[in-house]
Amino acid sequence: MAFRFCNKPALGLLNLAKKPTISGLRIRTFANVETNTPRQVPTPTQRQTPVSHDTANFTIRNGPVFNGKSFGAKSNVSGEAVFTTSLVGYPESLTDPSYRGQILVFTQPLIGNYGVPSSARDENGLLRYFESPNIQAVGVVVADVAEKYSHWTAVESLSEWCAREGVPAISGVDTRAIVTYLREQGSSLAKITVGEEYDEEQDEAFVDPEQINLVRKVSTKAPFHVSSVTGDLHVAVIDCGVKENILRSLVSRGCSVTCFPFDYPIEKVAHHFDGVFISNGPGDPTHCVETVQNLRALINSSQIPIMGICLGHQLVALAVGAKTNKLKYGNRAHNIPALDLTTGRCHITSQNHGYAVDAQTLPSDWKEYFVNLNDSSNEGIIHKSRPIFSTQFHPEARGGPLDSSYLFDSYLESVARYKESQAIFQPNRDNKPSPLLKDLLAKERVGVAPTLGMENMARAIGGETAQAASAA
Amino acid sequence: MLAFGGQTALNLGVQMQRMGIFEKHGVKVLGTSIKTLETSEDRDLFAKALKEIDIPIAKSIAVNTVDEALEAAESVGYPIIVRSAYALGGLGSGFANNAEELRNLSARSLSLSPQILVEKSLKGWKEAEYEVVRDSNNNCITVCNMENFDPLGIHTGDSIVVAPSQTFSDEEYHMLRTAAIKIVRHLGVCGECNVQYALQPDGLDYRVIEVNARLSRSSALASKATAYPLAYIAAKIGLGYTLPELPNAVTKTTTANFEPSLDYVVTKIPRWDLKKFQHVDRHIGSAMSSVGEVMAIGRTFQESIQKAIRQVDPKYNGVQGDEFDDLDEELRNPTDRRWLAVGQALIHENYTVDQVHDLTKIDKWFLYKLMEIADTQHEMEGIGSLFGLRKELMLRAKQMGFSDIQIARCVGATEDQVRARRKGMGVKPFVKKIDTLAAEFPAETNYLYTTYNATSHDITFDDHGTIILGSGVYRIGSSVEFDWCAVNATLSLKAQGKKTVMINYNPETYSTDFDTADRLYFEELSYERVMDIYELESASNVVVSVGGQLPQNIALRLQETGKAKVLGTDPLDIDKAEDRQKFSQILDSIDVDQPAWAELKSVPEAEAFADKVGYPVLVRPSYVLSGAAMNVIRSRGDLKEKLLSASSVSPDHPVVITKFIEGAQEIDVDAVGSAGELLVHSVAEHIENAGVHSGDATLVLPPVNLDDRTMARIKEITQKVAKAWSITGPFNMQIIKADDPKGGEPALKVIECNLRASRSFPFVSKVLGTNFIDVATKALAGVDVPEPVDLMAQKREYVATKVSQFSWGRLPGADPFLGVEMASTGEIACFGKDLVEAYWTSLQSTMNFRLPLPGEGLLFGGDVSKPHLAGIVDYLQPLGYKFFAANQEVASHLESSAKDGCTVTVVDFPITDKRAP
Repeated sequence: MAFRFCNKPALGLLNLAKKPTISGLRIRTFANVETNTPRQVPTPTQRQTPVSHDTANFTIRNGPVFNGKSFGAKSNVSGEAVFTTSLVGYPESLTDPSYRGQILVFTQPLIGNYGVPSSARDENGLLRYFESPNIQAVGVVVADVAEKYSHWTAVESLSEWCAREGVPAISGVDTRAIVTYLREQGSSLAKITVGEEYDEEQDEAFVDPEQINLVRKVSTKAPFHVSSVTGDLHVAVIDCGVKENILRSLVSRGCSVTCFPFDYPIEKVAHHFDGVFISNGPGDPTHCVETVQNLRALINSSQIPIMGICLGHQLVALAVGAKTNKLKYGNRAHNIPALDLTTGRCHITSQNHGYAVDAQTLPSDWKEYFVNLNDSSNEGIIHKSRPIFSTQFHPEARGGPLDSSYLFDSYLESVARYKESQAIFQPNRDNKPSPLLKDLLAKERVGVAPTLGMENMARAIGGETAQAASAA
Repeated sequence: MLAFGGQTALNLGVQMQRMGIFEKHGVKVLGTSIKTLETSEDRDLFAKALKEIDIPIAKSIAVNTVDEALEAAESVGYPIIVRSAYALGGLGSGFANNAEELRNLSARSLSLSPQILVEKSLKGWKEAEYEVVRDSNNNCITVCNMENFDPLGIHTGDSIVVAPSQTFSDEEYHMLRTAAIKIVRHLGVCGECNVQYALQPDGLDYRVIEVNARLSRSSALASKATAYPLAYIAAKIGLGYTLPELPNAVTKTTTANFEPSLDYVVTKIPRWDLKKFQHVDRHIGSAMSSVGEVMAIGRTFQESIQKAIRQVDPKYNGVQGDEFDDLDEELRNPTDRRWLAVGQALIHENYTVDQVHDLTKIDKWFLYKLMEIADTQHEMEGIGSLFGLRKELMLRAKQMGFSDIQIARCVGATEDQVRARRKGMGVKPFVKKIDTLAAEFPAETNYLYTTYNATSHDITFDDHGTIILGSGVYRIGSSVEFDWCAVNATLSLKAQGKKTVMINYNPETYSTDFDTADRLYFEELSYERVMDIYELESASNVVVSVGGQLPQNIALRLQETGKAKVLGTDPLDIDKAEDRQKFSQILDSIDVDQPAWAELKSVPEAEAFADKVGYPVLVRPSYVLSGAAMNVIRSRGDLKEKLLSASSVSPDHPVVITKFIEGAQEIDVDAVGSAGELLVHSVAEHIENAGVHSGDATLVLPPVNLDDRTMARIKEITQKVAKAWSITGPFNMQIIKADDPKGGEPALKVIECNLRASRSFPFVSKVLGTNFIDVATKALAGVDVPEPVDLMAQKREYVATKVSQFSWGRLPGADPFLGVEMASTGEIACFGKDLVEAYWTSLQSTMNFRLPLPGEGLLFGGDVSKPHLAGIVDYLQPLGYKFFAANQEVASHLESSAKDGCTVTVVDFPITDKRAP
């Protein structure tokens, strides 16, 4: 099956030449890669439906039902309902792989005002306006959608986009009441049903994405590579659902990146790189057992600089023996104050997570780097002597404030230092990506299926959900 | 701290620093340093500073002469904007499309400021603002961003503004946010700062327009829009606190070092009173000419803007049109009535969004939303009957902010019918909190608004408090004085242990601080909304007499239709004072003198009466609210025209004609009654004679020209009036003292009576040392009502004068002439040991006051039938001034009547009558 052909991580790059066998999903491997082939978005699957303007319901399990109007795909979904208080950036949020499987509620009541931009690429082949090629959330809940939009970058309305991507969406509901409920009750399972009165007998149909290893769904199935033309650093990124702007933040600073599947035995290839980076991603970090083991082995065997963001941060913490816990309703916003405990300075940060690191459980050679000034949850950890740190928030923003983007600079400084120090021991060592590697590797995530409502998914690929769930 | 008193305080501080006063006395300036203030104010220093950090600024060339201005314009290219440095509210600024216009503009600007700046105009670009806070530890946040509905080119104080921005992508929002923080850090602001941008509408180019390193009008708006107390936090930062140390004032549990997230949309609309001025140019642009602003909160843009429009002036029902001679011209070149032109185009003239956008450059998103309002209106009009409206459409209309009246107009019903039907359908507003963080954390805030875009309340209604109606928008005739009254009434009720509920919508006021009343509804002061809140809160009662005329106008309906319990004087009695005919009858019945009056039903009757009492006369419809539609008629011809055209006098529509007394002294009485008994009163005399609006006149308290006998008679009249109207609470009267030509006792004629707090209540309270509103509130509540006391009987060692602040300099074309229409936009009061000292101190405190020195010229104009003008010339002649007049009539009059003769030069004034029809 599509998701399993590289369940066993390929140990050598050449093994990746295995051809995908599943129809219906366009998977690019290096079989058809040319040196300067631009990255491309997979064409949409048959998921799309015409825009539905039927009545729709948003139902929270064991909670209230909100009646509204559909403005996306005509299909029903269920998932974990989460809310974001960000004022701008709905295209970025909806394509953020960290929202995989979730129904996203926007507290900003007016959504869709500036439409949806194109899937244009920048000079590095990275998506200019999106954080991944497709909508990752399974459903969208807003108070007042703009059916007519106005912006110079827009090519379609939010409504058209959701329908094209097969994502149901609902407008005209009291999002503040929803948020208040979720705040009091904690994150809850919910569903969006379109075009029919809510049927209580279907109540069992709530799918809990938490039971699924979501990272497996969003992580690339084979390594891919993005070159930087401005510098000669080379970092291995563990892709747990990496956002385009993390890649851009590295590449634009002169650092080529090669992205590996989340369960790739990174410790075995790390010596080819100047640094290792662990990306953001969806869900519960404890699902990623292999990643944690691999990271632990890496940290124990190498002095290589490591940086983690969001889920990557939680995975670093787990790898060094700390614990994570689930937050009542998570932190998803662009306005969260993170205090740098090393300087006393506070940064406004972009966040999107439902789990947090318990800083009390950090081993003695680690310290807390950042702390959330609102709820005192951990926002970052740093090794006391080695160049390893990670943050719960998103220095790459998109959307959100750019206050903490300097962290990429400090990471890459340590990467450059490491590279220099390695050169002393191995004068001929050069981790610059070889032309062969550049040619061989994909330039785009490999084998990542677009999101589907969990029910849709079951319908579309039959039984896969159950298998994925049991695999997790 | 210099950043809290606007431009005036800032200029003062900078000047004191330059004079070495701070250094001499060892005074430390807290918060943002003077160096930073200077850098942000001086365009050259500012441009240099921004260049250092590579932030683009509109290219600007400082010039000192008209020729230099023309030369500079050639190098940057037309269209050009001219600004003057150190000017308040863009005074002396403007646009020029060619050399001719620039020559005129720069000549005018250079007369106001020694140096002007010539810049390329970015007309049509989007305009945005960020409110930034930085502490001494370099922590920096943006509290709020705002986007102008109007594209760049209109002063931000004159723009319709929405918060947060609605048409910016994440990339644009954060590009400008990041730049704002970079600027504020580079300048070293320590406190609050406002950064204004122009943003390219079809790309990522932008320019910094202006940085205000102080609390501004925009920061007041941002504070109310977000509930983030900017001034409070800025003050704490000035004292050395850092942002992470300070708590979020709303949640108490989270930190002030965060950026508010809004789950509603806020619209601000300015209020102009340009129509009050003759000859004034109604175009709006880079110099500010509005006198107040409103802010409205909704969960759709339509809900927010329709509320705001009604708040600006209750005569508007919501988004609507108006008649224009040339609609396209109006859309292209904005005046104070631009939104009406947009409404006219979309609702009545079948313009498309694209057409309106091409003419106005207003972002299409706003226009699409307005078009939805037009569509909904047309849909309701198409149905045409209230009973044809299904619940779905009724709800949709309410969610788009339609008022009951607006719906009634569409379907040919009355407001009460719509209200009843709507409530029957279960379509009712819900109450939501403003909590700074979109409900992410629990917040015990009492800052509330109502919306139809909700299905549940954020609060429960257990207080059963007293509702206080605030004064609404600042406008000519109603300003901060009434807010003082509303706030003091609230504080007084709180001191009595009562729960208070404030309703008001003016972001500039103290009453709309969320910690003033127990609950604050930032809402309309309409019958509909006040009743909604009264019913939701199951309020105990409502105070209508401390917020000026606006609450007074709905008092009777609140009681009679809404069955609300109104505190104080019975609205039926209020009505008897508002209705001129009833008013005059009652004065006659209690034997209180008034100018000759009659209620008349035909033109011949009216002419006969006017001939009998002599012109001029004051004509008004018999029943008039808020003193509107008054007209001074000076001749028989005018009278006929007025009666036939405007008032259409008939037995069904009688008019009241009153003898209009000029040249007599006017007296202002402010008083408080309790169940018809006079508790306290104040008597102030006017310096200007009757005929000048009492709001423009100079008040003297205690009076220096009224003898004891007159004071006693005035008190007696006041007592009679209190009794006749069974007054409980504040009231105000204007009395004319007309000398008897036969040498008898002067006549005291009551010309006006308002059964509410007046504009002068704060003045008299502060001068006499007794808080009249506190006394009035005790009377209203019937709690601890004080014994009557005659404050005027106490002799005082001082006298205070209240003078008016006029804004002629901001109103191009306006004729600086005082009359029955009020024209002043503010007031100043000062104390002195005698009248001259008090008056002179007050006068010097007015903005831009400069005493002309001997040798300079004085312009004369006015009534040549009276001897006053010549008397002034007689007084000034020996001092060596030059005299000018606007026409030959005045010049000849002066030259012939001045005692020692004089020379008067006639100057020509180019008058273009730009007054709207």
